[in-house]
Amino acid sequence: MRTAFIEELIVQARHNPRLFLVVGDLGYSVIEPFAAEFPDRYLNAGVAEQNMTGLAAGLASEGYHVFTYSIANFPTLRCLEQIRNDVCYHDLPVTVVAVGAGLAYGNLGYSHHAVQDIAILRTLPGMHILSPADPGEARAAVQWLSANPRPSYLRLGKAGEKQLYAAGPLSQDPIVVRHGNPDVALVATGSVLEIALETATQEAIEGRTPPTVISMPWVHPPTVGMTKVFEKFKTVICVEEQIREGGIREMLTSILPRTIDVNGLSLRSEAAVTVGSQKFLRNMAGLSVKGVQELLAESISNPLRT
Amino acid sequence: MITSTELASSIRWHALKMVSAANASHIGGVLSMADTLAVLYADVLDVFPNQINHPNRDRFILSKGHCCAGVYAALALRGFIPIDELESYGKDGSRLMAHISHKVPGVEFSTGSLGHGLPFAVGKALAGKKRNESWRTFVLISDGELNEGSNWEAVLFAPQHQLDNLVLIIDYNKIQSLGSVKDVLELEPLRAKFEAFRWAVHEVDGHNHNSLRDAFDNIPFTKNKPSCLITHTTKGKGVDYMENELAWHYRAPNSELLARALSQIEAKKP
Repeated sequence: MRTAFIEELIVQARHNPRLFLVVGDLGYSVIEPFAAEFPDRYLNAGVAEQNMTGLAAGLASEGYHVFTYSIANFPTLRCLEQIRNDVCYHDLPVTVVAVGAGLAYGNLGYSHHAVQDIAILRTLPGMHILSPADPGEARAAVQWLSANPRPSYLRLGKAGEKQLYAAGPLSQDPIVVRHGNPDVALVATGSVLEIALETATQEAIEGRTPPTVISMPWVHPPTVGMTKVFEKFKTVICVEEQIREGGIREMLTSILPRTIDVNGLSLRSEAAVTVGSQKFLRNMAGLSVKGVQELLAESISNPLRT
Repeated sequence: MITSTELASSIRWHALKMVSAANASHIGGVLSMADTLAVLYADVLDVFPNQINHPNRDRFILSKGHCCAGVYAALALRGFIPIDELESYGKDGSRLMAHISHKVPGVEFSTGSLGHGLPFAVGKALAGKKRNESWRTFVLISDGELNEGSNWEAVLFAPQHQLDNLVLIIDYNKIQSLGSVKDVLELEPLRAKFEAFRWAVHEVDGHNHNSLRDAFDNIPFTKNKPSCLITHTTKGKGVDYMENELAWHYRAPNSELLARALSQIEAKKP
């Protein structure tokens, strides 16, 4: 996903002279092609995220659309106040890019688990959050951002994510990527869409009507389209690689009619103390085909649970 | 055109009235930087009250945003906002909020949380440098503010990118929020620190307008280096009972004390 990001950023930078990339001394074997082609619009700010974000705001105030790039929580939480005050309060075109969404850096430990970012950044004024599920959505997100410079956060997975479907231009509305049960939506944001799709396949294999699978690369701000897409369903099950507090499940609960049963699988807020790959840690948290199938069975048998 | 001496006197006079009327804090730090502000707005900054976003304007950023009363007064006296509006400072519904606001004409950047102005200024200076612009970026910070790590990230960065269009002014009044700088987190040797970080440094008496002008006339102090001007100042300067008194980081003068302060300012009026 990070390769798709940088490739698309290069494509955009060729015709958008405002684009500027500032990295926090991270991005080895990713950002080099951009640096080589646009040396005047590339900068390594060093291991200093507060200054990186502050100077990005300064550059943005002089007409650039700045992408700050780092991994995990470094470009978000470490410099949260710079994002809040310098970027959002001044409504400046800075896009914060974090690689390693959720548990992508699973075995690097809790410091590298980006599991609160959506919840925290959602609360900032004017912030736009994009969370692509695959390389296609990542490209579409970069295209949209380049055309719509504003305070924004691009939450990327890591590397090697599969193309899950043929993404079109970025949709502000949730996207149906696999039709299924018209009453049950299985919605995911980010690369956990893969689990949602595999769950649908498994349900079909086991002879049940699979849920309708929906991708939500546009996370925030909430759109009218979100309500329109989801109000057709009786049950909306969210799959998110982020803690429950402040994630898409809570967001949809707050914006959808109360007649819709919204539930889902999120991470627990307790810090993971076990080392493990992304898949291992996802399984521990129930973010697995089996976990989603169990929740589906429970939700369908008891549609009035809240 | 108003002279820096007249401007300094008027900034002090208005700021004292504003802070007193709003029952606001931070007058001590306003008075310590009043002379620097006056020299900047009378003689140094290329700014255009009738075209506030003039592309060639110098960019001035107040990082010690709590001392905005002084900047609002300077902007009013230079014609950016009505002088009458100063009376609304800190009051319900006013845009003159008690930490500097970019919604006020002439203000580039809102601050209030310390350690934000310099990194932002670095970004502006970098943009100017990349485009070979003639305008300069000035950022005024407090001494206590140098406790913030974000500043030191920017202090490392600016010389790396040879930002000689950047001027960092330190209002070194030696008193921070809860005590003297020396007792809280000593900054000395301050000049040597900045020199070690590869900045060009000048030190001046921050209340001597000729010294301040001479320093600003020599920007950049060294080609291809960012300039750091350490202004040695007195917190509360110009009002005898406020000078070097920590309490005036917080207190607002009541009407009796205000009258005494204003009479002292008027007595020294040019």
